[in-house]
Amino acid sequence: MSVLETKDLTYTYGIGTPFEITAVDRVSVSVEAGEFLGVIGHTGSGKSTLIQMLNGLIRPTSGQVLLNGEDIWAKPKEIRRVRFKVGMVFQYPEYQLFEETVLKDIMFGPKNMGLTDAQAEEKAREAARFTELREDLLAKSPFELSGGEKRRAAIAGVIAMDPDVLILDEPAAGLDPKGRDMILAQISNYHRERNNTVILVSHSMEDIGRTADRVLVMNGGHAEFLGETRAVFSEGRELSEVGLRLPQITAILRRLSEMGMPVGETVLSVDEAFFQLLPLLKRNGGRGERA
Amino acid sequence: MISDITLGQFFPGDSVMHRLDPRVKLCMTVYYIVLIFCAHNWVVLALTVLMALSGVLLSKVPAKQYLKSLKPIWFLVAFTGILNLFYGSGEPVWSFWVLKITRAGIVNAVMISVRLVVLILISSVLTFTTSPTQLTDAIERVLKPLALLHVPVHEFAMMMTIALRFVPTLLEETDKIMSAQKARGADMESGGLGQRIRALIPVLIPLFVSAFRRAFDLATAMESRCYHGGAGRTRMKILKMGRVDFFAVGICLTYLAVFIVLCVAVPAAV
Repeated sequence: MSVLETKDLTYTYGIGTPFEITAVDRVSVSVEAGEFLGVIGHTGSGKSTLIQMLNGLIRPTSGQVLLNGEDIWAKPKEIRRVRFKVGMVFQYPEYQLFEETVLKDIMFGPKNMGLTDAQAEEKAREAARFTELREDLLAKSPFELSGGEKRRAAIAGVIAMDPDVLILDEPAAGLDPKGRDMILAQISNYHRERNNTVILVSHSMEDIGRTADRVLVMNGGHAEFLGETRAVFSEGRELSEVGLRLPQITAILRRLSEMGMPVGETVLSVDEAFFQLLPLLKRNGGRGERA
Repeated sequence: MISDITLGQFFPGDSVMHRLDPRVKLCMTVYYIVLIFCAHNWVVLALTVLMALSGVLLSKVPAKQYLKSLKPIWFLVAFTGILNLFYGSGEPVWSFWVLKITRAGIVNAVMISVRLVVLILISSVLTFTTSPTQLTDAIERVLKPLALLHVPVHEFAMMMTIALRFVPTLLEETDKIMSAQKARGADMESGGLGQRIRALIPVLIPLFVSAFRRAFDLATAMESRCYHGGAGRTRMKILKMGRVDFFAVGICLTYLAVFIVLCVAVPAAV
């Protein structure tokens, strides 16, 4: 069943000025309940505009967004209810922190939903658990936290609203590799435990390949491809035409496969490659250690 | 939408007005504004309006933009106009209770309204055709004599440049933070005054934090490039008067001469 669906969704900036530009052009896609969808595209492909329409932050120029089959703009006065169901984590979300303590900041969303302090605190602590924020950090001012911790606190602030769909725009941008791995793993865990829908926007094919079930490729405002991650990643040439490059590990394994090695044609992560290469090394008398 | 707010509304272009030396433009604008308020008969006023309109035409900025810049002051024009209507001396043309309208009142009202509109048009020509950086350069140069009185002219100009530079950046940031808080269910569109002010806290605090962060970053960046104030500082773009500029100054002086002659020759309207 599809939880979110777009129908001919279009958004044009600066209508009637010389700077008029259509950022999203007649996009019709549907997001299945419980899936992990990756949205990928290079800068200016319209991915950020698209996701902002999904939770009603911007109103489409034309076309519709259906949440559980209902047009989200049917009752514009109740658009906040849509925002509670479709949670959105923006790029560099740490800049939205404002409360005295981290815990209070995470409670901001749940309290806007009308929950009591006790209920909101319970949600906040649960969210903090997902993003692995230590108990002692929750009582601190958000401005005393490190960059990675701030990021996780901000993400927890959205998770705490317990949305049906969680959208994250470049959640790992500007983090070191360790912070990056940590955030992506937390998002995957959250997805697995809550079994709800996650949409991850990124321009990193590596990040998408590691996490997503399906991938939507955006190019010039159009939905270029939408399909299983492995199927989309197997279109190496088409992807490079829209300015995307396959993850290094996928490209290497593809070359090996072309050279006649018995490995899968489309490998999505280093871990997967490791398990494919290990038996080969053993067979050839190698030491079978991870390089 | 917040990004619709324009400040220092510069329209890039290549018209004569764009090419004029910003110092000349700045001085011309001040000079005009003084003359507008000296125009006390219809002929001189008509001449001033004509000059202003030719400035508008020469700038090649769409007329729509000028109308837009007049929009916020229509109320002011109407208000001063109506107020002036009732403040003329002489024989009343129309009277009701304590209110009376005289011929002088009508003339005054029309004159003051025309002057206000011309004033806005002329200053719009300046801001539309001069980039904020050029403008601050010009201000710095024009105010330089004040440095003799120990007024830190360069520092003021630098502050203005920086402030203008960061207006769009901070607007964009406000927009982003507002979106992020709205996504967390912040309600900024409804409720009473108190509720609305409280709703701004989640936007203002991150905005201040980020403004300070940017200020520190900028200070570090300036220091690491050895910025130490105005003393001994040379410029990349040296303002130089060209043929057009001397021509413009010539027109201004001719205009002044005609202006004085007409003021003497034609009797005042009131």
